[in-house]
Amino acid sequence: MSQLVLDKLKERFGTAILETHSQVGDDTALVDAASWKAVSLFLRQDPALDFDLPVDLCGVDYPTRVPRMEVVMHLYSTSRRHRIRLKARVGDEDMEGAEIDSVTSIWPGMDWLEREVYDMSGVRFRGHPDLRRILMYPEFEGHPLQRTYAAERTQPLVPYRTEEEAGMPLRKIEPFGPEEGMPFGRVPPPHPEDN
Amino acid sequence: MEPLDVELEAGELELPADPMHLNLGPSHPAMHGTVRIVLELSGETIVRSDVQIGYLHRGFEKMCERGTWTQVFPYVDRLNYISPMLNNVGYALAVEKLCGLVVPERCQWYRMALGELARLSDHLTCNGAMAMELGAFTPFLWFVKAREMIWDILEEETGARLTHSFGRIGGMASPPTQDFKGLCRAALPPILELVEEGERMLLKNRIFIDRLENVGAISGPDAVGLGWTGPCLRATGVAYDIRKVHPYLKYDEVDFDVPVGTKGDTLDRFLVRLGEIRQSKRILEQVLDRMPDTGPVNCDDPAVVLPDKLDVYTTIEATIQHFKLIMEGAKIPKGEVYSYTEGGNGELGYYLVSDGSGTPYRVRIRPPCFQITGGLSKILEGRMLSDIVPTFGSLNMIGGECDH
Repeated sequence: MSQLVLDKLKERFGTAILETHSQVGDDTALVDAASWKAVSLFLRQDPALDFDLPVDLCGVDYPTRVPRMEVVMHLYSTSRRHRIRLKARVGDEDMEGAEIDSVTSIWPGMDWLEREVYDMSGVRFRGHPDLRRILMYPEFEGHPLQRTYAAERTQPLVPYRTEEEAGMPLRKIEPFGPEEGMPFGRVPPPHPEDN
Repeated sequence: MEPLDVELEAGELELPADPMHLNLGPSHPAMHGTVRIVLELSGETIVRSDVQIGYLHRGFEKMCERGTWTQVFPYVDRLNYISPMLNNVGYALAVEKLCGLVVPERCQWYRMALGELARLSDHLTCNGAMAMELGAFTPFLWFVKAREMIWDILEEETGARLTHSFGRIGGMASPPTQDFKGLCRAALPPILELVEEGERMLLKNRIFIDRLENVGAISGPDAVGLGWTGPCLRATGVAYDIRKVHPYLKYDEVDFDVPVGTKGDTLDRFLVRLGEIRQSKRILEQVLDRMPDTGPVNCDDPAVVLPDKLDVYTTIEATIQHFKLIMEGAKIPKGEVYSYTEGGNGELGYYLVSDGSGTPYRVRIRPPCFQITGGLSKILEGRMLSDIVPTFGSLNMIGGECDH
Protein backbone atom coordinates (compact mmCIF):
# COMPACT_ATOMS: atom_id res chain seq x y z
CA MET A 1 0.00 0.00 0.00
CA SER A 2 2.72 2.37 0.89
CA GLN A 3 4.57 1.85 -2.37
CA LEU A 4 1.71 3.93 -3.71
CA VAL A 5 3.00 6.90 -1.73
CA LEU A 6 6.46 6.69 -3.24
CA ASP A 7 5.03 6.19 -6.75
CA LYS A 8 2.76 9.19 -6.39
CA LEU A 9 5.63 11.32 -5.13
CA LYS A 10 7.87 10.33 -8.02
CA GLU A 11 5.10 10.95 -10.51
CA ARG A 12 4.31 14.38 -9.08
CA PHE A 13 7.79 15.70 -8.35
CA GLY A 14 10.06 13.79 -10.74
CA THR A 15 13.67 14.80 -10.27
CA ALA A 16 13.06 16.50 -6.91
CA ILE A 17 12.80 13.00 -5.42
CA LEU A 18 16.46 12.06 -5.34
CA GLU A 19 16.30 8.57 -3.90
CA THR A 20 13.77 6.12 -2.54
CA HIS A 21 14.06 2.88 -0.63
CA SER A 22 11.93 0.61 1.50
CA GLN A 23 14.48 -0.97 3.82
CA VAL A 24 12.85 -3.23 6.46
CA GLY A 25 9.48 -2.01 5.25
CA ASP A 26 9.97 1.70 5.98
CA ASP A 27 9.20 3.71 2.84
CA THR A 28 11.73 6.47 2.52
CA ALA A 29 12.09 9.33 0.07
CA LEU A 30 15.08 11.65 -0.11
CA VAL A 31 13.89 14.94 -1.50
CA ASP A 32 15.61 18.04 -2.71
CA ALA A 33 15.77 20.51 0.19
CA ALA A 34 14.31 23.25 -2.02
CA SER A 35 11.07 21.33 -2.53
CA TRP A 36 10.73 20.25 1.14
CA LYS A 37 7.68 22.39 1.75
CA ALA A 38 6.01 21.63 -1.59
CA VAL A 39 6.37 17.89 -1.03
CA SER A 40 5.05 18.25 2.53
CA LEU A 41 2.04 20.22 1.37
CA PHE A 42 1.30 17.59 -1.29
CA LEU A 43 1.53 14.78 1.26
CA ARG A 44 -0.87 16.61 3.56
CA GLN A 45 -3.41 17.72 0.96
CA ASP A 46 -3.63 14.87 -1.54
CA PRO A 47 -6.76 12.93 -0.51
CA ALA A 48 -5.20 9.57 -1.37
CA LEU A 49 -2.20 10.30 0.86
CA ASP A 50 -3.66 12.44 3.67
CA PHE A 51 -0.69 12.47 6.02
CA ASP A 52 -2.27 14.25 8.96
CA LEU A 53 -0.14 13.13 11.93
CA PRO A 54 3.32 14.70 12.25
CA VAL A 55 5.16 11.88 13.99
CA ASP A 56 8.74 12.99 14.27
CA LEU A 57 11.45 15.28 13.00
CA CYS A 58 15.14 14.91 13.72
CA GLY A 59 18.56 15.69 12.33
CA VAL A 60 21.24 13.13 11.57
CA ASP A 61 24.74 14.49 11.12
CA TYR A 62 27.21 13.06 8.60
CA PRO A 63 30.24 15.37 8.97
CA THR A 64 32.14 13.78 6.09
CA ARG A 65 29.38 14.31 3.57
CA VAL A 66 28.30 17.42 1.72
CA PRO A 67 25.52 18.38 2.31
CA ARG A 68 26.15 17.37 5.85
CA MET A 69 22.97 17.40 7.90
CA GLU A 70 20.09 15.11 7.10
CA VAL A 71 16.67 16.30 8.27
CA VAL A 72 14.42 13.29 8.75
CA MET A 73 10.66 13.57 9.04
CA HIS A 74 8.24 10.78 9.83
CA LEU A 75 4.58 11.11 8.92
CA TYR A 76 1.51 8.99 9.46
CA SER A 77 -1.99 9.05 8.08
CA THR A 78 -4.73 8.17 10.55
CA SER A 79 -7.26 7.63 7.75
CA ARG A 80 -5.09 5.67 5.27
CA ARG A 81 -2.92 4.10 7.95
CA HIS A 82 0.33 4.41 6.07
CA ARG A 83 3.64 5.98 6.94
CA ILE A 84 6.46 7.68 5.14
CA ARG A 85 9.92 8.91 6.02
CA LEU A 86 10.97 12.06 4.23
CA LYS A 87 14.60 13.18 4.20
CA ALA A 88 16.46 16.21 2.93
CA ARG A 89 20.13 17.14 3.14
CA VAL A 90 21.32 20.63 4.00
CA GLY A 91 24.44 22.52 5.04
CA ASP A 92 28.11 22.29 4.05
CA GLU A 93 31.05 21.15 6.23
CA ASP A 94 30.73 24.11 8.59
CA MET A 95 26.92 23.98 8.62
CA GLU A 96 26.82 27.06 6.41
CA GLY A 97 23.51 27.32 4.62
CA ALA A 98 21.87 24.68 6.81
CA GLU A 99 18.43 26.10 6.19
CA ILE A 100 15.17 24.51 5.22
CA ASP A 101 11.57 25.67 4.93
CA SER A 102 9.44 25.36 8.02
CA VAL A 103 6.35 23.17 7.72
CA THR A 104 4.69 24.53 10.87
CA SER A 105 1.90 26.01 8.78
CA ILE A 106 1.04 22.52 7.49
CA TRP A 107 1.27 20.65 10.80
CA PRO A 108 1.13 22.79 13.97
CA GLY A 109 2.82 19.91 15.81
CA MET A 110 6.03 20.58 13.89
CA ASP A 111 6.53 23.78 15.90
CA TRP A 112 8.36 22.21 18.83
CA LEU A 113 10.03 19.55 16.71
CA GLU A 114 11.61 22.17 14.47
CA ARG A 115 12.77 24.11 17.51
CA GLU A 116 14.32 20.93 18.83
CA VAL A 117 16.15 20.19 15.58
CA TYR A 118 17.41 23.76 15.52
CA ASP A 119 18.54 23.47 19.13
CA MET A 120 20.16 20.06 18.88
CA SER A 121 21.43 19.92 15.30
CA GLY A 122 21.66 23.55 14.23
CA VAL A 123 19.34 23.53 11.21
CA ARG A 124 17.53 26.82 10.74
CA PHE A 125 13.91 26.69 9.64
CA ARG A 126 12.84 29.49 7.31
CA GLY A 127 9.48 30.91 8.25
CA HIS A 128 9.24 29.35 11.71
CA PRO A 129 7.26 31.74 13.92
CA ASP A 130 9.39 31.36 17.05
CA LEU A 131 12.72 29.69 16.40
CA ARG A 132 14.54 29.58 19.73
CA ARG A 133 16.20 26.87 21.75
CA ILE A 134 13.86 24.46 23.49
CA LEU A 135 15.87 21.92 25.50
CA MET A 136 18.99 24.01 26.04
CA TYR A 137 19.23 27.46 27.58
CA PRO A 138 19.65 30.53 25.37
CA GLU A 139 23.32 31.03 26.30
CA PHE A 140 24.32 27.51 25.22
CA GLU A 141 27.11 27.50 22.63
CA GLY A 142 26.98 25.05 19.75
CA HIS A 143 24.55 22.30 18.89
CA PRO A 144 25.10 19.13 20.92
CA LEU A 145 23.88 16.54 18.45
CA GLN A 146 26.33 17.51 15.74
CA ARG A 147 28.96 14.79 15.51
CA THR A 148 31.67 17.45 15.76
CA TYR A 149 30.42 18.56 19.19
CA ALA A 150 32.69 16.64 21.57
CA ALA A 151 30.74 14.82 24.25
CA GLU A 152 33.12 16.00 26.99
CA ARG A 153 33.00 19.64 25.95
CA THR A 154 32.02 21.97 28.77
CA GLN A 155 30.05 25.17 28.50
CA PRO A 156 31.08 28.57 29.89
CA LEU A 157 29.34 29.75 33.03
CA VAL A 158 26.48 32.10 32.40
CA PRO A 159 27.03 35.36 34.29
CA TYR A 160 24.29 36.73 36.49
CA ARG A 161 22.05 39.26 34.87
CA THR A 162 22.83 42.83 35.68
CA GLU A 163 20.09 45.07 36.98
CA GLU A 164 20.06 46.94 33.65
CA GLU A 165 19.52 43.69 31.72
CA ALA A 166 16.79 42.52 34.03
CA GLY A 167 15.15 45.93 34.09
CA MET A 168 14.44 45.68 37.80
CA PRO A 169 16.28 45.68 41.10
CA LEU A 170 17.55 42.16 41.76
CA ARG A 171 18.54 42.46 45.44
CA LYS A 172 20.80 39.43 45.38
CA ILE A 173 21.87 38.29 48.82
CA GLU A 174 25.43 37.12 49.06
CA PRO A 175 25.59 33.52 50.19
CA PHE A 176 27.25 33.18 53.60
CA GLY A 177 27.74 36.85 54.17
CA PRO A 178 30.14 37.88 56.94
CA GLU A 179 27.30 38.74 59.32
CA GLU A 180 25.20 35.59 58.82
CA GLY A 181 25.30 31.89 58.22
CA MET A 182 27.50 29.31 59.81
CA PRO A 183 30.79 30.70 61.05
CA PHE A 184 32.81 27.47 61.14
CA GLY A 185 35.55 27.14 58.60
CA ARG A 186 35.49 30.81 57.86
CA VAL A 187 37.75 33.37 59.38
CA PRO A 188 35.52 36.04 60.87
CA PRO A 189 36.32 39.52 59.62
CA PRO A 190 38.24 41.64 62.10
CA HIS A 191 35.97 43.76 64.17
CA PRO A 192 36.44 47.48 63.54
CA GLU A 193 36.91 48.13 67.29
CA ASP A 194 39.84 45.68 67.50
CA ASN A 195 42.06 47.89 65.37
CA MET B 1 -13.21 54.17 64.76
CA GLU B 2 -12.63 55.12 61.15
CA PRO B 3 -15.13 53.91 58.58
CA LEU B 4 -13.88 51.02 56.43
CA ASP B 5 -15.07 52.44 53.14
CA VAL B 6 -12.64 55.23 52.74
CA GLU B 7 -13.69 57.63 50.07
CA LEU B 8 -11.24 57.62 47.24
CA GLU B 9 -11.00 59.71 44.15
CA ALA B 10 -12.19 58.06 40.96
CA GLY B 11 -8.70 57.94 39.49
CA GLU B 12 -7.32 55.87 42.34
CA LEU B 13 -9.92 53.14 41.93
CA GLU B 14 -8.84 52.10 38.47
CA LEU B 15 -7.18 48.73 38.35
CA PRO B 16 -4.24 48.25 36.02
CA ALA B 17 -5.46 47.14 32.60
CA ASP B 18 -2.13 45.68 31.44
CA PRO B 19 -1.88 41.91 31.34
CA MET B 20 -0.03 40.41 34.25
CA HIS B 21 2.94 38.11 33.79
CA LEU B 22 3.23 35.09 36.00
CA ASN B 23 5.81 32.33 36.19
CA LEU B 24 4.51 28.88 37.02
CA GLY B 25 7.33 26.51 37.77
CA PRO B 26 9.89 25.08 37.01
CA SER B 27 9.27 23.61 40.42
CA HIS B 28 5.73 24.08 41.53
CA PRO B 29 3.99 22.04 44.23
CA ALA B 30 0.79 21.67 42.22
CA MET B 31 2.47 20.37 39.10
CA HIS B 32 4.48 17.24 38.75
CA GLY B 33 7.47 17.36 36.50
CA THR B 34 9.84 20.22 35.93
CA VAL B 35 8.24 22.52 33.46
CA ARG B 36 7.90 26.25 33.45
CA ILE B 37 4.86 28.02 32.10
CA VAL B 38 5.14 31.74 31.54
CA LEU B 39 1.65 33.14 31.60
CA GLU B 40 0.14 36.36 30.43
CA LEU B 41 -2.98 36.86 32.48
CA SER B 42 -5.91 39.18 32.08
CA GLY B 43 -7.53 38.97 35.47
CA GLU B 44 -7.60 35.24 35.98
CA THR B 45 -7.91 34.33 32.31
CA ILE B 46 -4.90 33.09 30.40
CA VAL B 47 -4.26 35.28 27.39
CA ARG B 48 -1.05 33.68 26.26
CA SER B 49 1.17 31.01 27.66
CA ASP B 50 4.66 29.85 26.85
CA VAL B 51 5.52 26.34 27.99
CA GLN B 52 9.24 25.89 28.54
CA ILE B 53 10.82 22.47 28.90
CA GLY B 54 14.35 21.16 29.02
CA TYR B 55 14.99 21.20 32.77
CA LEU B 56 15.54 17.45 32.76
CA HIS B 57 17.64 17.24 29.61
CA ARG B 58 20.38 14.70 30.08
CA GLY B 59 21.67 14.28 26.54
CA PHE B 60 20.16 10.84 26.09
CA GLU B 61 20.68 10.79 22.33
CA LYS B 62 24.28 11.96 22.61
CA MET B 63 25.12 9.39 25.29
CA CYS B 64 23.78 6.57 23.13
CA GLU B 65 26.37 7.35 20.47
CA ARG B 66 29.19 6.36 22.83
CA GLY B 67 28.39 2.82 23.98
CA THR B 68 27.22 -0.38 22.41
CA TRP B 69 23.70 -1.08 21.22
CA THR B 70 22.96 -3.03 24.41
CA GLN B 71 24.22 -0.22 26.63
CA VAL B 72 21.30 1.90 25.50
CA PHE B 73 18.88 -0.13 27.65
CA PRO B 74 19.73 1.57 30.97
CA TYR B 75 19.25 4.95 29.31
CA VAL B 76 15.81 4.14 27.91
CA ASP B 77 14.75 3.06 31.40
CA ARG B 78 15.25 6.63 32.52
CA LEU B 79 13.17 8.22 29.77
CA ASN B 80 9.71 7.31 30.91
CA TYR B 81 10.53 6.32 34.46
CA ILE B 82 6.97 5.30 35.30
CA SER B 83 6.76 2.60 32.66
CA PRO B 84 10.38 1.72 31.88
CA MET B 85 9.50 -1.75 30.67
CA LEU B 86 7.58 -0.37 27.70
CA ASN B 87 10.64 1.64 26.70
CA ASN B 88 12.86 -1.43 27.05
CA VAL B 89 10.59 -3.50 24.84
CA GLY B 90 10.17 -0.67 22.33
CA TYR B 91 13.89 -0.24 21.90
CA ALA B 92 14.52 -3.98 21.69
CA LEU B 93 11.86 -4.29 18.99
CA ALA B 94 13.45 -1.45 17.01
CA VAL B 95 16.89 -3.06 16.98
CA GLU B 96 15.36 -6.43 16.18
CA LYS B 97 13.43 -4.93 13.28
CA LEU B 98 16.72 -3.66 11.85
CA CYS B 99 18.35 -7.08 12.32
CA GLY B 100 15.34 -8.96 11.00
CA LEU B 101 15.10 -10.94 14.25
CA VAL B 102 11.90 -12.32 15.70
CA VAL B 103 12.06 -13.40 19.34
CA PRO B 104 10.60 -16.79 20.39
CA GLU B 105 6.92 -17.01 21.18
CA ARG B 106 7.41 -17.32 24.91
CA CYS B 107 9.41 -14.10 24.95
CA GLN B 108 6.74 -12.27 22.96
CA TRP B 109 4.08 -13.19 25.51
CA TYR B 110 6.44 -12.33 28.33
CA ARG B 111 7.18 -8.91 26.87
CA MET B 112 3.47 -8.26 26.49
CA ALA B 113 2.78 -9.25 30.09
CA LEU B 114 5.54 -7.02 31.45
CA GLY B 115 4.51 -4.21 29.12
CA GLU B 116 0.90 -4.30 30.26
CA LEU B 117 2.00 -4.27 33.89
CA ALA B 118 4.05 -1.18 33.12
CA ARG B 119 1.08 0.42 31.36
CA LEU B 120 -1.07 -0.22 34.42
CA SER B 121 1.47 1.51 36.61
CA ASP B 122 1.71 4.43 34.19
CA HIS B 123 -2.04 5.05 34.08
CA LEU B 124 -2.42 4.56 37.83
CA THR B 125 0.28 7.13 38.51
CA CYS B 126 -1.13 9.66 36.08
CA ASN B 127 -4.69 9.46 37.31
CA GLY B 128 -3.65 9.32 40.95
CA ALA B 129 -1.29 12.27 40.68
CA MET B 130 -3.87 14.34 38.86
CA ALA B 131 -6.42 13.67 41.61
CA MET B 132 -3.84 14.55 44.25
CA GLU B 133 -3.05 17.85 42.60
CA LEU B 134 -6.74 18.66 42.81
CA GLY B 135 -6.69 17.96 46.51
CA ALA B 136 -7.93 14.37 46.54
CA PHE B 137 -5.10 12.78 48.41
CA THR B 138 -6.75 9.49 49.40
CA PRO B 139 -7.39 8.10 45.90
CA PHE B 140 -3.78 8.88 45.11
CA LEU B 141 -2.69 6.67 47.97
CA TRP B 142 -4.96 3.87 46.77
CA PHE B 143 -3.67 4.12 43.21
CA VAL B 144 -0.10 4.16 44.44
CA LYS B 145 -0.84 1.17 46.63
CA ALA B 146 -2.01 -0.65 43.49
CA ARG B 147 1.07 0.52 41.65
CA GLU B 148 3.22 -0.78 44.47
CA MET B 149 1.77 -4.27 43.91
CA ILE B 150 2.79 -4.07 40.26
CA TRP B 151 6.25 -2.92 41.16
CA ASP B 152 6.56 -5.81 43.58
CA ILE B 153 5.94 -8.21 40.69
CA LEU B 154 8.40 -6.38 38.48
CA GLU B 155 10.97 -6.41 41.26
CA GLU B 156 10.50 -10.14 41.63
CA GLU B 157 11.05 -10.56 37.90
CA THR B 158 13.84 -8.12 37.19
CA GLY B 159 15.45 -7.36 40.52
CA ALA B 160 14.71 -3.64 40.32
CA ARG B 161 11.60 -1.72 41.17
CA LEU B 162 11.98 1.07 38.73
CA THR B 163 14.95 0.98 36.40
CA HIS B 164 14.84 -2.60 35.27
CA SER B 165 17.26 -2.56 32.29
CA PHE B 166 15.63 -5.88 31.54
CA GLY B 167 15.32 -5.89 27.76
CA ARG B 168 18.00 -7.37 25.55
CA ILE B 169 18.42 -7.48 21.81
CA GLY B 170 16.88 -10.79 20.81
CA GLY B 171 15.25 -11.62 24.12
CA MET B 172 15.13 -10.66 27.77
CA ALA B 173 17.75 -10.62 30.50
CA SER B 174 16.29 -13.72 32.11
CA PRO B 175 13.30 -16.02 31.60
CA PRO B 176 10.12 -15.54 33.64
CA THR B 177 10.38 -16.76 37.21
CA GLN B 178 8.43 -19.78 38.36
CA ASP B 179 5.94 -17.70 40.31
CA PHE B 180 5.38 -15.04 37.68
CA LYS B 181 1.94 -16.18 36.57
CA GLY B 182 0.82 -16.87 40.12
CA LEU B 183 1.96 -13.46 41.32
CA CYS B 184 0.15 -11.68 38.51
CA ARG B 185 -3.05 -13.64 38.98
CA ALA B 186 -2.99 -12.94 42.69
CA ALA B 187 -2.30 -9.23 42.29
CA LEU B 188 -4.82 -8.35 39.57
CA PRO B 189 -8.07 -8.59 41.60
CA PRO B 190 -6.87 -6.39 44.50
CA ILE B 191 -5.43 -3.88 42.01
CA LEU B 192 -8.74 -3.60 40.20
CA GLU B 193 -10.55 -3.35 43.51
CA LEU B 194 -8.39 -0.42 44.53
CA VAL B 195 -8.95 1.24 41.17
CA GLU B 196 -12.71 0.83 41.50
CA GLU B 197 -12.66 2.20 45.01
CA GLY B 198 -10.70 5.24 43.90
CA GLU B 199 -12.89 5.69 40.86
CA ARG B 200 -16.09 5.66 42.92
CA MET B 201 -14.61 8.21 45.25
CA LEU B 202 -13.63 10.56 42.45
CA LEU B 203 -16.34 10.20 39.84
CA LYS B 204 -19.14 10.72 42.33
CA ASN B 205 -17.49 13.84 43.61
CA ARG B 206 -19.09 16.95 42.24
CA ILE B 207 -16.05 19.13 42.80
CA PHE B 208 -13.76 16.74 40.98
CA ILE B 209 -16.09 16.45 37.97
CA ASP B 210 -16.64 20.21 37.81
CA ARG B 211 -12.94 20.83 37.69
CA LEU B 212 -12.40 18.34 34.87
CA GLU B 213 -15.42 18.59 32.65
CA ASN B 214 -15.03 20.80 29.56
CA VAL B 215 -11.62 21.87 30.77
CA GLY B 216 -8.73 21.69 28.31
CA ALA B 217 -10.86 20.34 25.49
CA ILE B 218 -9.43 19.79 22.03
CA SER B 219 -10.97 18.46 18.84
CA GLY B 220 -9.79 15.29 17.12
CA PRO B 221 -8.33 16.90 13.97
CA ASP B 222 -6.55 19.54 16.06
CA ALA B 223 -5.00 16.89 18.28
CA VAL B 224 -3.85 14.89 15.25
CA GLY B 225 -2.32 18.00 13.69
CA LEU B 226 -0.39 18.63 16.88
CA GLY B 227 1.01 15.13 16.71
CA TRP B 228 -0.85 13.83 19.77
CA THR B 229 -1.07 10.09 20.27
CA GLY B 230 -2.08 7.73 23.02
CA PRO B 231 -4.80 8.28 25.64
CA CYS B 232 -4.82 12.03 25.03
CA LEU B 233 -5.66 11.51 21.35
CA ARG B 234 -8.12 8.72 22.02
CA ALA B 235 -9.98 11.00 24.43
CA THR B 236 -10.88 13.14 21.43
CA GLY B 237 -12.51 10.16 19.71
CA VAL B 238 -9.71 9.16 17.33
CA ALA B 239 -9.25 5.44 17.96
CA TYR B 240 -5.56 5.29 17.10
CA ASP B 241 -4.02 2.59 19.25
CA ILE B 242 -0.94 1.00 17.72
CA ARG B 243 -1.68 -2.27 19.47
CA LYS B 244 -4.90 -2.45 17.46
CA VAL B 245 -4.04 -0.64 14.22
CA HIS B 246 -0.53 -1.99 13.66
CA PRO B 247 -0.27 -4.97 16.01
CA TYR B 248 3.17 -6.02 17.16
CA LEU B 249 4.21 -8.93 19.39
CA LYS B 250 1.00 -10.96 19.85
CA TYR B 251 -1.49 -8.12 20.19
CA ASP B 252 -3.41 -9.36 17.15
CA GLU B 253 -4.15 -12.60 18.98
CA VAL B 254 -5.66 -11.13 22.13
CA ASP B 255 -9.09 -9.66 22.54
CA PHE B 256 -9.38 -6.10 23.81
CA ASP B 257 -11.22 -2.87 23.12
CA VAL B 258 -9.89 0.63 22.59
CA PRO B 259 -11.67 3.06 24.93
CA VAL B 260 -12.31 6.42 23.30
CA GLY B 261 -13.75 9.68 24.58
CA THR B 262 -15.99 12.15 22.84
CA LYS B 263 -15.08 15.66 23.90
CA GLY B 264 -11.34 15.45 24.34
CA ASP B 265 -11.48 17.26 27.67
CA THR B 266 -9.65 16.47 30.86
CA LEU B 267 -12.44 14.24 32.16
CA ASP B 268 -12.32 12.18 28.96
CA ARG B 269 -8.59 11.72 29.32
CA PHE B 270 -9.12 10.57 32.90
CA LEU B 271 -11.85 8.13 31.83
CA VAL B 272 -9.88 6.78 28.87
CA ARG B 273 -6.99 5.94 31.20
CA LEU B 274 -9.38 4.21 33.60
CA GLY B 275 -10.82 2.26 30.67
CA GLU B 276 -7.36 1.25 29.55
CA ILE B 277 -6.53 -0.05 33.00
CA ARG B 278 -9.44 -2.50 32.61
CA GLN B 279 -8.36 -3.42 29.08
CA SER B 280 -4.80 -4.02 30.25
CA LYS B 281 -6.15 -6.35 32.89
CA ARG B 282 -8.08 -8.19 30.16
CA ILE B 283 -4.99 -8.48 27.97
CA LEU B 284 -2.91 -9.59 30.92
CA GLU B 285 -5.32 -12.39 31.80
CA GLN B 286 -5.24 -13.72 28.24
CA VAL B 287 -1.46 -13.43 28.08
CA LEU B 288 -1.05 -15.39 31.32
CA ASP B 289 -3.30 -18.14 29.96
CA ARG B 290 -1.44 -18.41 26.70
CA MET B 291 2.20 -17.88 27.70
CA PRO B 292 4.05 -21.21 27.50
CA ASP B 293 5.81 -22.30 30.67
CA THR B 294 8.74 -23.83 28.86
CA GLY B 295 10.75 -23.04 25.79
CA PRO B 296 13.47 -20.58 24.91
CA VAL B 297 13.19 -16.89 25.70
CA ASN B 298 16.18 -15.65 23.73
CA CYS B 299 16.79 -15.94 20.01
CA ASP B 300 19.23 -18.56 18.87
CA ASP B 301 21.51 -16.02 17.21
CA PRO B 302 25.07 -15.99 18.57
CA ALA B 303 25.77 -12.71 16.76
CA VAL B 304 23.60 -10.70 19.15
CA VAL B 305 22.64 -12.90 22.11
CA LEU B 306 25.07 -13.62 24.92
CA PRO B 307 26.01 -17.30 25.31
CA ASP B 308 24.96 -19.36 28.29
CA LYS B 309 26.98 -18.50 31.41
CA LEU B 310 28.00 -22.11 31.99
CA ASP B 311 29.47 -22.29 28.48
CA VAL B 312 31.30 -19.00 28.99
CA TYR B 313 33.13 -20.45 31.97
CA THR B 314 33.87 -23.84 30.40
CA THR B 315 34.48 -23.37 26.66
CA ILE B 316 36.84 -21.06 24.82
CA GLU B 317 34.38 -20.36 21.96
CA ALA B 318 31.72 -19.05 24.29
CA THR B 319 34.31 -17.01 26.22
CA ILE B 320 35.45 -15.31 23.02
CA GLN B 321 31.87 -14.73 21.91
CA HIS B 322 30.97 -13.25 25.28
CA PHE B 323 34.05 -11.02 25.25
CA LYS B 324 33.37 -9.73 21.75
CA LEU B 325 29.70 -9.05 22.46
CA ILE B 326 30.56 -7.12 25.62
CA MET B 327 33.62 -5.25 24.39
CA GLU B 328 32.69 -4.55 20.76
CA GLY B 329 28.95 -4.91 20.97
CA ALA B 330 26.64 -6.76 18.66
CA LYS B 331 27.13 -5.73 15.05
CA ILE B 332 23.84 -4.39 13.78
CA PRO B 333 23.35 -4.33 9.97
CA LYS B 334 23.90 -1.02 8.24
CA GLY B 335 20.75 0.94 7.62
CA GLU B 336 17.98 2.91 9.25
CA VAL B 337 14.74 1.90 10.90
CA TYR B 338 11.75 3.51 12.56
CA SER B 339 9.92 1.25 14.95
CA TYR B 340 6.89 2.29 16.94
CA THR B 341 5.02 0.79 19.85
CA GLU B 342 2.21 1.95 22.09
CA GLY B 343 3.85 3.47 25.15
CA GLY B 344 2.05 4.65 28.25
CA ASN B 345 1.41 8.05 26.71
CA GLY B 346 1.18 7.22 23.05
CA GLU B 347 3.33 6.35 20.12
CA LEU B 348 6.80 5.59 21.40
CA GLY B 349 9.06 5.52 18.37
CA TYR B 350 12.73 4.82 17.89
CA TYR B 351 14.53 5.95 14.79
CA LEU B 352 17.87 4.17 14.63
CA VAL B 353 20.71 4.65 12.18
CA SER B 354 23.41 2.02 12.09
CA ASP B 355 26.72 2.21 10.25
CA GLY B 356 27.22 -1.52 10.66
CA SER B 357 29.38 -1.26 13.80
CA GLY B 358 28.77 -2.19 17.40
CA THR B 359 27.93 1.40 18.35
CA PRO B 360 24.75 3.15 17.28
CA TYR B 361 25.34 5.96 14.79
CA ARG B 362 22.18 7.73 15.85
CA VAL B 363 19.47 6.84 18.32
CA ARG B 364 16.48 9.09 18.07
CA ILE B 365 13.56 8.65 20.39
CA ARG B 366 10.14 9.95 19.55
CA PRO B 367 8.71 10.55 23.01
CA PRO B 368 4.92 10.89 22.98
CA CYS B 369 5.00 13.52 25.74
CA PHE B 370 7.02 15.98 23.72
CA GLN B 371 4.32 16.80 21.23
CA ILE B 372 1.54 16.48 23.77
CA THR B 373 3.25 19.08 25.96
CA GLY B 374 3.80 21.12 22.80
CA GLY B 375 0.03 21.40 22.46
CA LEU B 376 -0.47 22.48 26.06
CA SER B 377 -0.35 26.21 25.43
CA LYS B 378 -3.00 25.81 22.74
CA ILE B 379 -5.53 24.21 25.06
CA LEU B 380 -4.74 26.61 27.92
CA GLU B 381 -5.51 29.80 26.06
CA GLY B 382 -8.72 31.43 27.20
CA ARG B 383 -8.99 29.19 30.25
CA MET B 384 -8.68 30.13 33.89
CA LEU B 385 -5.47 29.98 35.85
CA SER B 386 -6.78 27.19 38.07
CA ASP B 387 -7.49 25.01 35.02
CA ILE B 388 -3.78 24.60 34.39
CA VAL B 389 -3.35 22.07 37.17
CA PRO B 390 -5.90 19.44 36.02
CA THR B 391 -5.09 20.01 32.34
CA PHE B 392 -1.39 19.61 32.83
CA GLY B 393 -1.89 16.62 35.11
CA SER B 394 -4.06 14.84 32.57
CA LEU B 395 -1.44 15.14 29.83
CA ASN B 396 0.93 13.05 31.96
CA MET B 397 4.07 14.86 30.97
CA ILE B 398 7.08 12.81 32.00
CA GLY B 399 10.10 15.07 32.28
CA GLY B 400 12.68 12.43 31.45
CA GLU B 401 10.96 11.51 28.24
CA CYS B 402 9.88 14.96 27.17
CA ASP B 403 13.30 16.54 27.72
CA HIS B 404 15.27 13.59 26.33
